[in-house]
This record gives sequence, structure tokens and C-alpha cells, in this order.
Amino acid sequence: MSLTVPSPAPSDEAPTGPLAIDARGLVKRYGPVEALRGLDLQVPAGGVFGLLGPNGAGKSTTVKILTTLAAPTAGSATVAGADIAREPQLVRRRIGVVSQASGTDVSLTGRENLVLQGRIHGLSKAEAIARAEELLGQMALSADQDRVVRGYSGGMRRRVDIATALMHRPEVLFLDEPTTGLDPEIRAEMWQIVRELAEGGMTVLLTTHYLEEADQLAGSLAIVDRGRVVVKGTPEELKGQLRGDAIVVELTEPAPDGVAAALQASVEGLGEATVDGRLVRARVEHGATATARILQALEARRLAVASITVSRPSLDDVYLRHTGRAFHEADQAADPPDGPPEDGRRPEEHR
Amino acid sequence: MMSTIAQSRHFAYRSLLTLWRQPWWIAVTLVQPIVWLVLFGALFKSVTRIPGFAGDDFIQYIAPGVIVMTSFFSAGWAGMGLLNDIQEGVVARFLVTPATRTAQLLGKMVQGAVSVVVQALIIIVLALLMGASFPGGVPGILVLLVVSVLMATAVASLSFALALASGKEETVIAVMNFFMLPLTFLSTSFQQKQLMPDWMQTVVAFNPLNWAIEAARSATLDVPTDLTAAGGTDWGAVGLRLLWLAVLAVLCLRVTNMAFRAYQRKV
Repeated sequence: MSLTVPSPAPSDEAPTGPLAIDARGLVKRYGPVEALRGLDLQVPAGGVFGLLGPNGAGKSTTVKILTTLAAPTAGSATVAGADIAREPQLVRRRIGVVSQASGTDVSLTGRENLVLQGRIHGLSKAEAIARAEELLGQMALSADQDRVVRGYSGGMRRRVDIATALMHRPEVLFLDEPTTGLDPEIRAEMWQIVRELAEGGMTVLLTTHYLEEADQLAGSLAIVDRGRVVVKGTPEELKGQLRGDAIVVELTEPAPDGVAAALQASVEGLGEATVDGRLVRARVEHGATATARILQALEARRLAVASITVSRPSLDDVYLRHTGRAFHEADQAADPPDGPPEDGRRPEEHR
Repeated sequence: MMSTIAQSRHFAYRSLLTLWRQPWWIAVTLVQPIVWLVLFGALFKSVTRIPGFAGDDFIQYIAPGVIVMTSFFSAGWAGMGLLNDIQEGVVARFLVTPATRTAQLLGKMVQGAVSVVVQALIIIVLALLMGASFPGGVPGILVLLVVSVLMATAVASLSFALALASGKEETVIAVMNFFMLPLTFLSTSFQQKQLMPDWMQTVVAFNPLNWAIEAARSATLDVPTDLTAAGGTDWGAVGLRLLWLAVLAVLCLRVTNMAFRAYQRKV
């Protein structure tokens, strides 16, 4: 890269300054399934780091390894300065984990869950109670703290999960798909909580398969696909790489061969175009002016257009560009599975 | 080691609190042994009239057996609770804290032990009300409680191991059902050894459930383990059975720990 180019470039080198997470070449095999295939991840201390990818990309496996729940088949990592293989106890003392499956004991009250977690982390009874009350207050759960969690709403349970993970004041907080299955209002509420935690100086590693969530929350992010990090940077950097607007044309019938090339030849300033069934996606400098020309070019080839949309670059486009497939399709395909094969031995993966 | 014990205290508290919040579970657990005692007491009462049966109070004879059997049965289902914890993500949450695997397991064992002791005391009181007497006194009762807890620890460990290895409730249910009643009837719970066929007497000698029952009966009723012999408690024989049960419990705990480690490799 040249020094004269002012536009931001994705940071491919490890960031300078202290690293909260430094993972090198993580590989995880479950029998024949390779969930991680040499994953590298450097997360700077402080702020929210997003790990974005479709279901089955390897996000949860990465979290399991970094939180010492699972051992990697190969590779190494340090979390909050401690080595996951050689100093797992130290790692566990410095991290908080909110897994997808909650892990809160529903037959205990909110308060009992928090105090228990504090005691397990070595807090004295008085310390644990004081800290639990402080967190329950912050999470607006004080009124319900003495009710058993079974009666809580989905959002309240999630807040208990997070409060539990914060009992021992961890340096790094892992949030594995914290908003999956939550209502939109509750999701917004969770986002606010995550933002406040990051503002307080904590490092938050957030995994999500919601592009919007990563865009909203993450200061920087890595896109994971098929067990590897395919690209990393800030959302702005990643989107900035994709100059211009995204145009998606939906045809009434599957696009014939050669459409992409024909469009590129006849529309000036059209960047890379990809065809995917009835959809043609392209990047262009000025979306508004190019639209007319694209329609003309398609009409000339007697292709009927069902719809055409022009949008500013989104992380969806970033994902498409780096993996060659649209995010929602990858999410639905969910292959290979994220974690061991589905033989009923993954009860912890409740969704 | 010390911290494991300190941590297991918190896990035990949590498990007991969880149980305490299940009134139906408590009701059934308390009533079940009473049903055994009253039902089997009435059903098999006439065996005391079989020539060669030592003694004549059947309730007194079966009370120690019913207690050991009850602890054996309830410990057998321990794996179900663990499976529930695994499914809810509770086990994983604890595994990423400084607490050891052993502490988690010990917590559940302590919970099991507390319920065994409570059940045993209820049966003892009931048996006394039904006219039985325990000449072995307090030391006898203590031996009874210790063997019940050792028995429960061994069986609960295997139940945990089974749950961790299979990950399926059906497997735990099937395997436990397969062993529970046959092992009970291959013991001297309801029938005396000298009245059994020869081959069965041989099998009975290797049944850990029977070690527990013989030790408990000998200590509480102040009789030798061989009921046809004369005299009081044979402390040597009781001690030997306690030792075997303790060794068994430790071995089973090790098996569970291995199963837990294997489970974690699959996570």
C-alpha cells in the first residue's frame, strides 16, 4: 500500500498495543469434521470485537476454545495474557462467558445465581452479595431478584446471564450470539448493555450471525467463514473497500450466461458483477445514473426485470466479496456444522 | 484439593436448593421408601415361617435392606439431573470458572448423600413405629448411614458416567432399569442367603448391594453377617464390607472423572 493513498485499508497485521486475545492457527476437528481450519485472531484490549459469520462458520467453536471449554486440535492462543493450554485456570479467572445456552440455573433466583457464581470465583459471601446487588441494579433486575429465573422473560434471563458472567469483574467478556432468538426491542436493549460495558473499558468478544448487530456494535470485526477468518477490519474500512453502491437486479427468470460480461461491457463504471440464479449483483460508482443504463442493457437482451435496488455498501456486500456467496444463503446452508456432528452429543447447543 | 472441597460446598448448596424447590420430588422421595417398607413387609411377611429363616420380625429384617435399596435406586437416577444441567448449559458455565470438574461432581454427591440420610432416618423411625427394634443402637445406625452413602456414591458415579458417555436420558433409564431390580433380588434384601439356590448364593457374594445390606443389617440388628451363626455384630466382617464399598466408590468416582474428561473432549 502506498503512503499517498489516504483511504483506510483493512488492517491485516496484528494491531499494536496490548492484545486481549491472540489466537494463532487454531484447528479443531470433530472426527471427520473440521470446524476450524487455521483460524488467526488478534483482538485489541478494550471495545467490542465482532466475530461475524453464518451458522456453522466456526464462531462457537472458537469461543469454546478461547474460553478453555474445548481444547484445540492444533494451534495456540492467549486470552487476557494467559495461555489457554498451559494456564487455563488463569484464563478462567480473567474471562466472563455468556454462552448461547444461557447456563443459568432456572430453579434458583436471579440473586442466588449471581451469588453462587461469585462464590465459585472465590468471592467472600459478603463480597458476592454486594456485587450481585450492584449488578442486579445495573441490569434493572432488582425488583425480580428474589424470584426464580424460570419465571423470567427472555430478555430478563439474558440480563441475568450477562450479570452472572460479570460477577468476578472479568477483563474479557465473551458473548456467544447473545441476541439470537430475542425480540427486536430486547435486542436493542442488549446492544445498549454491550455498548455500556465496552465504554467501561472491558474487552467484549461478540459472535453474531446478524450483520446489522456487528455493524452496530463492533469497533472492529473479523468475518469467519468455513473455519477461517477471511477478512478483518473496522466496519467502515471493510465497507470502504467496496467503492460505490451495490446494485441488485432481480430478473423474472434465471440469468443466462454472459449477462455479467455484457453488463460490464455496456455500462460505464460498472465494477465486478456476479450472477446468482435470478439475481445479478454489481458495484458501481454512481448507483443512480447506472440504473438506467443497466435497465437499457438488460432490455436490449430481452431480459425482463422484476426489481432493482441500489444501496450503500453493507457488511452483506463485504461478506459476498470475500466468500463468494451471499450471507443469508451461507447462513441457511450451515455446512459444515459448527462443532461436532449432530449425533445427539451436543446437548449444550440449545437454540 | 482444599479449594475443590470448598468449591464443592457451593455446588452442593446449589443442588440442594434446586431439589428443595421441587416439592413433588421431595414428596415422592419421602413416600417411596415408606411404600417399600409397608408393601414388602406385608407381601413377604410369610417368609419368616419358612423353615431355616433366622429371626421372626420381618420388618426389622428388611428395614436395613429397604434403606440400602432406596439409596441405590435414587442414586441410579443421578445422571438424569446431570443431563439436565448439561442441556441447560449449566455444566459448561461452571467448566469455564476456576472450579474443578471434581468439585462439580462432589457437589452433586453431597446432595445425594443428604437425601439418602434423610430417607434412611425416616425409614428407621417408621420401622420403630411398626414394632421393629435395632439392638445395634447408634453405632449400628451410623454404619447403616455410611454404607448407604458409599453405595449411593458408587451408583451415582456410574449413573453420571453413563449420562456423560451417552448424552441420552433413554440410555440412563434403560441401563439403570436393567440393573436395579435384578441386583435387588440377587441380594438378601427380602430373602436370607441360606434359603437361596446355591448358584445364587455365589452371585450374591459378589453383589455390592448385598455387601451394603449385610453390613447394615449386621450392625443395626447386632447379629453376625451369617445369620445362621450365633452371636452379635461381626465387626471384622462389617469392616471388610465397608472397605470393599469404599474401594468401589473411589473406583466409580474415577470412572466418572474419566467420562467427564472424555465428554469435554467432545464439546
